[in-house]
Amino acid sequence: MRLPDKGLIDRSKPVTFRFDGKAYSGFAGDTLASALLANGVKLMGRSFKYHRPRGVLTAGSEEPNALVEVLDEGQQTPNTRATTQEIFDGLAAKSQNRWPSLRWDAMAINDLAAPFLGAGFYYKTFMWPRAFWEGLYEPIIRRAAGLGKLLPKNDEATYEKAFAFCDLLVIGSGPTGLMAALTAARSGASVILAEEDHLMGGRLLADDQKINAAPAMDWVVATLAELQSLSNVRLMTRTTVIGAYDQGTFGALERVGLHVPHRPDLPRECFWRIAAGQAILASGALERPIAFQNNDRPGILLASAAQTYLNRYGVAAGTRVTLFANNDNARRVARQLLAAGVKVAAILDSRPDASALEDCPVYLNAAITGTKGRLGLTSITGHHADGDFQIETDCLLMSGGWNPLLHLTCHQNGRPIWRDDIAAFVPKPGMIPGLTAAGAATGQFSTAACLAAGRDAAQTALGKTAEMALPQAEDTPYTLTALWNVPGKGRAWLDFANDVTVKDVQLSVQEGFSSVEHMKRYTTQGMAPDQGKNSSVGALAVLADATGRGIPETGTTTFRPPYVPVSIAALGAGARGHGFAPQRFLTSDQASRDRGAPMIEAGLWYRPSYFPKPGEKTWREACDREVNMVRAAVGIADVSTLGKIDIQGTDAARFLDLVYTGTFSTLPVGRVRYGLMLREDGFVMDDGTTARLGENHYLMTTTTAAAGQVMRHLDFVHQAYCPAYDLRFISVTESWAQFAVAGPKARALLNSILDAPLADFSFMSCGVAAVKGVTARLFRISFSGEEGYEIAVPTSYGESLFRDLLARAETLGGGPYGMEALNVLRIEKGLITHAEIHGRVTAFDIGAQKMIGKKDCIGKASSQRPGLFGPEREQLVGLRPVSDKQIGAGAHLFNPGDAVIRANDQGYVTSVCYSPTLRGYLGLAFLKDGRARHGQRIRLVDHMRENDVICEICDPVFHDAEGAKLRA
Amino acid sequence: MRLNCPLCGPRDRREFYYVGSEDYLNRPAPDARADAWDDMLYLRTNPAGETKDLWYHETGCGSWLLVTRSTTTHEILSTERIADRKGAK
Repeated sequence: MRLPDKGLIDRSKPVTFRFDGKAYSGFAGDTLASALLANGVKLMGRSFKYHRPRGVLTAGSEEPNALVEVLDEGQQTPNTRATTQEIFDGLAAKSQNRWPSLRWDAMAINDLAAPFLGAGFYYKTFMWPRAFWEGLYEPIIRRAAGLGKLLPKNDEATYEKAFAFCDLLVIGSGPTGLMAALTAARSGASVILAEEDHLMGGRLLADDQKINAAPAMDWVVATLAELQSLSNVRLMTRTTVIGAYDQGTFGALERVGLHVPHRPDLPRECFWRIAAGQAILASGALERPIAFQNNDRPGILLASAAQTYLNRYGVAAGTRVTLFANNDNARRVARQLLAAGVKVAAILDSRPDASALEDCPVYLNAAITGTKGRLGLTSITGHHADGDFQIETDCLLMSGGWNPLLHLTCHQNGRPIWRDDIAAFVPKPGMIPGLTAAGAATGQFSTAACLAAGRDAAQTALGKTAEMALPQAEDTPYTLTALWNVPGKGRAWLDFANDVTVKDVQLSVQEGFSSVEHMKRYTTQGMAPDQGKNSSVGALAVLADATGRGIPETGTTTFRPPYVPVSIAALGAGARGHGFAPQRFLTSDQASRDRGAPMIEAGLWYRPSYFPKPGEKTWREACDREVNMVRAAVGIADVSTLGKIDIQGTDAARFLDLVYTGTFSTLPVGRVRYGLMLREDGFVMDDGTTARLGENHYLMTTTTAAAGQVMRHLDFVHQAYCPAYDLRFISVTESWAQFAVAGPKARALLNSILDAPLADFSFMSCGVAAVKGVTARLFRISFSGEEGYEIAVPTSYGESLFRDLLARAETLGGGPYGMEALNVLRIEKGLITHAEIHGRVTAFDIGAQKMIGKKDCIGKASSQRPGLFGPEREQLVGLRPVSDKQIGAGAHLFNPGDAVIRANDQGYVTSVCYSPTLRGYLGLAFLKDGRARHGQRIRLVDHMRENDVICEICDPVFHDAEGAKLRA
Repeated sequence: MRLNCPLCGPRDRREFYYVGSEDYLNRPAPDARADAWDDMLYLRTNPAGETKDLWYHETGCGSWLLVTRSTTTHEILSTERIADRKGAK
């Protein structure tokens, strides 16, 4: 029911929204919960397990009951807390976990079966017969379980991620947070003030207090105006800090577009990573309920929540209100309700010695033992100092004391400290380096104490001692007598969200699950979306009582991030589809796509797979043609993806001798040498060619796959073992576009394009050439076995050179070739890639043991360890099926006649192709003692492709073993 | 997690590549006994407390860092470029 003239809502802006299909109106500034309450709607949800009718319990993000599905453009967001969802024109929400309607829910039958459904029901019931689990129990349970539902389709909406940095992060904008932010801001520090709510002010928004003898909101407004005017301050509303991570890193979730009608340009949420020099946790405290029989009916809520609805939203939570409290704080709520004209039927104070003086009946030593009203509270019964009572009431406010919101201080495995005087846990200082909790989050509950704590915390965090006057504010002491549950029959709810009662906790102890972590898992207390914010302290108090241990000895469960539920979409913002990884494109990319080449991923690169010609129906036809073309005429391939590292310095030669197995100091200028690089453990890391461009200037190439790893390795070897060397190197992979020109007509093609024809340029030469005046680097190297060249030009010339090369090649009967043909060409020549040097092979295994020279090099000592060479090693061999059967990589090898079992495994196949040159399938494989077995037969078994083929073992070089074509 | 790169300042963990123990810095002489190589390559302590390990500022300056940190508190006690170590050759 809306009250006149109260609240921070904008009554000049009415808002229309729908709940369960019915239209309601509220005002700008309302949450869904406040607007529904204003419309007299108390029933907002059904409980998780028993499908009990539920109304709102709180007014914040900790809400366990009023969880709804919010419908948006192509979206259905389940488990949205009605208490944080702001209303806007067109908002549509519906209740969840009910069928067919919120008022008549068929599954409410669970509530009648409650005696059988207590904690542990699932564990005990669905154990047997074992075979029933998958077929029967699990499908039934899955259908019945869960709260809201997602739409069964991809979330195509926009989410965002962002990074922020500050000297001081202030979490929470109540009196503590505002004062801390103001103190820090005035000192000149960069400040981020993060507030979960859409308004700043914290508890001051919900209370009716005075600061400096004026309404507290005046101070809030003035403080915010000052903060807003300062360039060193960033105010972040709708932003929940969800986790405290190492070295001052905090995660925060901002609700960006969830409070306005759908706008495609606005992300729904933004996930922030905030790096803060220091942080102040001014998160305040949460009021806690009291457990008594049927304390979960719609109309029963926390006193602090009713206070928020009253003062902030101008909404009376009921027409005839009662309060059940164990502390003085609740009295203020009663007085504010009375002052607003709301009838307060009674204050039931559990304490025998509290004051009975209020403008409404006060009963001391009181306890509620029962409530009535199926879809909304109608009356309560119990007893007090003068005997039993029954009171007609439609709204009962519970106030069981306050729990400091200390979650973030425990995110790095810290444990809080129990304080008997306030019957609550408080943060232990120093549990998160750089984070200080202050104000109500530490158990200081008066506004004056919070203002002082905020100022002091900021001054301590920043090491500033400048004077900062404190505003005058209320400083009433907070006193309570702990009351967790009213003993008695029936079910008394602790965890509203997961339907856990006092009895469930007691049962857990009876059955031996008496540690707090066991109790949690046995009862599921604290495992709902609210993560036990309303129930954990109460539950462990009941547990402590049942076990006879004290609360501090019982301890808490572990607090883990996130503080509030975070959508996976926000965490993974931007990483969907092409956002998942960066994409690297060749300069020839468009030219390849223009020719219809399907692109294939090679690491982050995209390379052409093959270049289809009209009439070719399969990739194999194109691939075979391209292979024949290279062998007979000339082919062009973009090889720019290979890593290129420019190495210079008078010690460059010495350095290469250390990282390569071979000797590069003896390489003449103008020559290229093949190099093999080992890891220090003796296994092959990478291979490639390195050219000596000048006396102190080398250009190393790496494989595409290992470019990053090799750069990392070179940096390590340099910085760890020879930092004093005169040596500099840098990756120039993206500075040069490099193309392979291979085939018997390669020289003719090059001569047609180079400014000066090739002179004497034998195999493994390198030098400088010019193309239309552009300086190019030329290498005579081959990955195809043909006479081959690689020509490199600065990247900006790459595309035009590629297009020119293709046009000229085509006049010679040549053209482009893709990754498929490149792979066939290299297999025919027995050249290895990372399919072979996959991290578990040694130089010996690939037949390159002679490349390890006399000098020291990385990996040399280890490569000579026993077990890394010898006949027991699987060695690189070639395989040719004796029939024309297809073979595949990944197959395992067995001696013909042996059983196909792992113990008989002789090796495995790493690469396979159909060779148009040799007209048959070829394979590269690692085979035990393989080099000694050339000419013998081996059985190839591939269970995946159902291949079982006899192959002949041969040398891995199938084509032109003498290299005559290469050196032509 | 954030690491203080001596060249670049405090940077997010995502900029670094982790490789492992500082033992890799102690490369034995080429003719050292097998157990010396074994110590360097494979033998690791697993301390609850202070540990020293190697991080590469891969998307930054390319420095390899020796990071002293606590495995129990996650505190970063110091960061140092390995090339600047005393006695580096």
